[in-house]
Amino acid sequence: MATSTEIQAAERSFQHHFASIEQQRDTATFGMWMFLLTEIMFFGGLFCSYLVYRHNYYEAFVEGSQKMNIILGAVNTAVLICSSLSMAMGVRAAQMGNRKLMVILLLITIVFGFGFLGIKAVEYHEHWTNHEFPGPNFHFETGDPAHPATDPLHTEIYFGLYWAMTGLHALHMIIGIGLVTWLVIAGMRGAYSPMYYSPVENVGLYWHFVDLVWIYLFPLLYLISHKHS
Amino acid sequence: MATAVQPVVERETYLNSNYGLKSWLLTIDHKRIALLYLMSITAMFWLGGFFAMLIRLELLTPAGDLLSSDTYNKMFTMHGITMVFFFLIPSVPAVIGNFVIPLMIGAKDLAFPRLNLASWYIYMLGAGLALWGFLFGGVDTGWTFYTPFSTAYSNTHVVTVALGIFVVGFSSIFTGLNFIVTIHRMRAPGLTWNRLPLFIWSNYAASLIMVLGTPVVAITLLLVAFERLFHIGVFNPALGGDPLLFQHLFWFYSHPAVYIMILPGMGVISEVVTCFSRKRAFGYEFVALASIAIAVLGFLVWAHHMFVAGISMYSALVFSLLSYFVAIPSAVKVFNWTATMYKGSVRFDTPMLYAWAFIGLFTVGGLTGVFLASLGIDVHVTDTYFVVAHFHFVMVGGMVVAYLAGLHFWWPKITGKMYPEAPAKLSALLVFVGFNLTFLPQFVLGYMGMPRRYHAYPPEFQVLNVLSTAGASVLAVGYVLPMIYFLWSLRYGKDAGPNPWNAVGLEWMTPSPPPTHNFDETPVVTWEAYDYEHQPQEEITVGH
Amino acid sequence: MWKNFPLFPERASALAGQVDGLYFFLVAVSAFFTVLIFVTIFVFAIKYRHENNPHPTPIEGSLPLELTWTLIPLGICMIFFAWGSLIYFQEGRAPRGAMEVYGVGKQWMWKFEHATGQREINQLHVPIGRDVKMIMSSQDVIHSFFVPAFRIKADVLPGRYTTTWFHPTKEGTYHLFCAEYCGTQHSGMIGEVVVMDPSAYQAWLTANATTGSLSATGQQMFTQMGCETCHRSDTQGRGPNLAGIFGKQVTLDDGRTVIADENYIRESILNPATKVVAGFKPIMPTYQGQMSEENLAALVEYIKSLAQPQPGSQSAAMMQ
Repeated sequence: MATSTEIQAAERSFQHHFASIEQQRDTATFGMWMFLLTEIMFFGGLFCSYLVYRHNYYEAFVEGSQKMNIILGAVNTAVLICSSLSMAMGVRAAQMGNRKLMVILLLITIVFGFGFLGIKAVEYHEHWTNHEFPGPNFHFETGDPAHPATDPLHTEIYFGLYWAMTGLHALHMIIGIGLVTWLVIAGMRGAYSPMYYSPVENVGLYWHFVDLVWIYLFPLLYLISHKHS
Repeated sequence: MATAVQPVVERETYLNSNYGLKSWLLTIDHKRIALLYLMSITAMFWLGGFFAMLIRLELLTPAGDLLSSDTYNKMFTMHGITMVFFFLIPSVPAVIGNFVIPLMIGAKDLAFPRLNLASWYIYMLGAGLALWGFLFGGVDTGWTFYTPFSTAYSNTHVVTVALGIFVVGFSSIFTGLNFIVTIHRMRAPGLTWNRLPLFIWSNYAASLIMVLGTPVVAITLLLVAFERLFHIGVFNPALGGDPLLFQHLFWFYSHPAVYIMILPGMGVISEVVTCFSRKRAFGYEFVALASIAIAVLGFLVWAHHMFVAGISMYSALVFSLLSYFVAIPSAVKVFNWTATMYKGSVRFDTPMLYAWAFIGLFTVGGLTGVFLASLGIDVHVTDTYFVVAHFHFVMVGGMVVAYLAGLHFWWPKITGKMYPEAPAKLSALLVFVGFNLTFLPQFVLGYMGMPRRYHAYPPEFQVLNVLSTAGASVLAVGYVLPMIYFLWSLRYGKDAGPNPWNAVGLEWMTPSPPPTHNFDETPVVTWEAYDYEHQPQEEITVGH
Repeated sequence: MWKNFPLFPERASALAGQVDGLYFFLVAVSAFFTVLIFVTIFVFAIKYRHENNPHPTPIEGSLPLELTWTLIPLGICMIFFAWGSLIYFQEGRAPRGAMEVYGVGKQWMWKFEHATGQREINQLHVPIGRDVKMIMSSQDVIHSFFVPAFRIKADVLPGRYTTTWFHPTKEGTYHLFCAEYCGTQHSGMIGEVVVMDPSAYQAWLTANATTGSLSATGQQMFTQMGCETCHRSDTQGRGPNLAGIFGKQVTLDDGRTVIADENYIRESILNPATKVVAGFKPIMPTYQGQMSEENLAALVEYIKSLAQPQPGSQSAAMMQ
């Protein structure tokens, strides 16, 4: 049952250049899908560079990949998948009009989001103290007998792409957490109801996209297998 | 046609609905945002023009005697960046498109009005960053930022300006996104896709490119900034990177970008030619499809900028072939516009004069693109003034001319006033003559072997350079005059009335200037595009 | 033709005439279509101006016309494509037996080294009537080797070799320009190509002879840099025997095969880990930053000059 706050909020949310609330909802979702399309192209440039250099400097990429903490990466992947689950359930709760449940689920999503960022911070710290950051202080020991001799310059490219790709992803996570926080605040004030929950749905789309980018990043950066024994 | 002065209660329009700076800076009305953009891009046009003037003055003499080498290199770089990213790409979409698209489809506004305002602020932020870079030392990498020069050798404000372009790219992306969603979702009842004006089709195609291509240059420039700041060796061979990867990523956007620039201009021409021939567009479906074809094919030809860069011969072959394919839809449009005039009732108003100039100059520009697509020729003329002439023909002779056509055509709708016809016709003539005198000699210079981006040149190239500079001064006058008479018209121009051209189109069925909400009642469309045969014939009297 | 108002540079290479031929054909076709459009618009504007024709005739379009003006331009374009590609393919493959000159571009000068050892700066002397192949690299940023009179251009890149070739047909001195913006003195990075008749060229070679040919210098480098420690002329070396390797297919440790061209040799010196020959360990150190472009070119030239191994040796078996 919609409260009067929710009814008022739905009415206030209606923008009058639209002919109907259905048109507004359709349009908002279409807009978010278009935006995600641009994000695919944005990350695409990085993925393209990654593929080119992985092909050219495969052994160096293997060596770089060995320095990734697979446990933390896997935990982070699980964290993000769970956050997408809680997000999707939150959208569902909004659709069903269950305000309290929606807020709880969105808060859980935020917690997972911070969890991801926290683990990432730990990883970044470790890479930083190991001088695995491109630039004048980069330092990488090759010559592990199990691996062929590689040029540290090439491994520096691997790390450069690692920081750029995960950094850009982390930036998107931070923005996502900000958006979900806004949903929580507005949601607690009764802004969303079965009549009007577009923002929840569309932020959900954005969140799933950011999760999906990580699903690609994790195997590409962490799990480059080693061909020679 | 209110020529008599009567005391009248002032009608509410988008211009007088609210006064004060805040009402403009916080507006979400697409018409006001269009005017905000008009002011910004006009300022950037003059800045870019100033850089051009310095270039042409320097090139009057073979020796590099006006500017130092470094300063000259900054001039052509900043000219290119300003004109491409801060003038040409926004021009028709952000000014004319923003104003006219909702009106043309019978909507009250774009789908996301606040995003539209945000787009303008993002533009201003990007322009601010770029200007800061320009003012505090400039940038000298060429607008193409080739590595490793831009990432490891240039001592100028590469990062600041690259970030400025990065930011303004998002303005373009959000505008394109807004247009696509608007055109899909906000059309008036009865306005099916094949009843849409061709201006909509062209802007839709351009918006597809904006949305898909711009993010790639954004990430590329970000990587250039990262390489300069953090020595990530993505594009620098000394750090294990590949300079050709930069070129591929850069041109993957920058080639489709030229179609972002020209497609909206082509849309303007479609509107003007039909109105001033008083006929529906010849081959409407073909022109509409040609726009989409240009957008799609435009993404497949980028390496034709790299034929001598070190790509494989087989790769070059493929890109050459595709480059020929992309030329065909443009040719189809030129033929269709010409055929539209056949057995029409042709008027010689200023917008039509500009449209004719566009068709002629774009034909030359497009044909010289065909020269460049031919591998054997390209090897000789790439990186020479032939290419400079080619792209100025399509960008200036094409796009700027189309922008002027559009400004003149929709000026009465935007301001409610007519511009004075005689000075307007004179300007059109000056632009046409000045333009040809400036850029035709450059084709010869290029084939003779004068490379581009040269500060000093061998003496045998001087005569043609002097001709070119002379032409540029005529062209400049042609551009200054509209500034003057457009401003003059705001105060002294004749009232225009809702439809001074007696044109067919929803935008002409609302007062000039329109009220904030565009239409009192949402129109219902039952007619085909350019339904001139059912339009009552009235003499166009206003302003003549 | 038009001495005072030339429309094209001198034709000084075998290819120049062909390029000009295609160019003028393009000009003619373009002029035809341009004039066609201009005249048609002009005629329509006058004939159908509103005073003359107040009632326009509604016409939707014409499929036959659309097909005509799509397919005919497409057909003409295919002619341009084929002709241009033929020229390009000729330009892309230097004939066998071409005389080779190494070129190094650096901000803001050109350095050339003939195989016979002569060095030039901003000038390139070549004999008329011989194929000349340029093998070029850059010491810093991207440059471009452009000789308008020959109608050739090729970018000169840091980190790898690019090549171009020409066949001079007319004696004279011709402009050499850098055609890829490279910084402050980009417009100052110009020079001359001097085409001489064969005897004059021989005289020039003698007058400018240096202590040794490029490959002789390379042989010294081979010893000095310690290459012969591992790259022995027998089968006992820790590195492959390099005799006769140039131009052959080489099998790498991951199964790929590559052709041993100049870029392969260069990469093997500067970045040995990226391509390791099958059957050998990846232990070669990199020589990046340890030699100038000129010395690198000398080394490459020397390796190219190494003769075929005797049949039956391990290195011959390796190169299949």
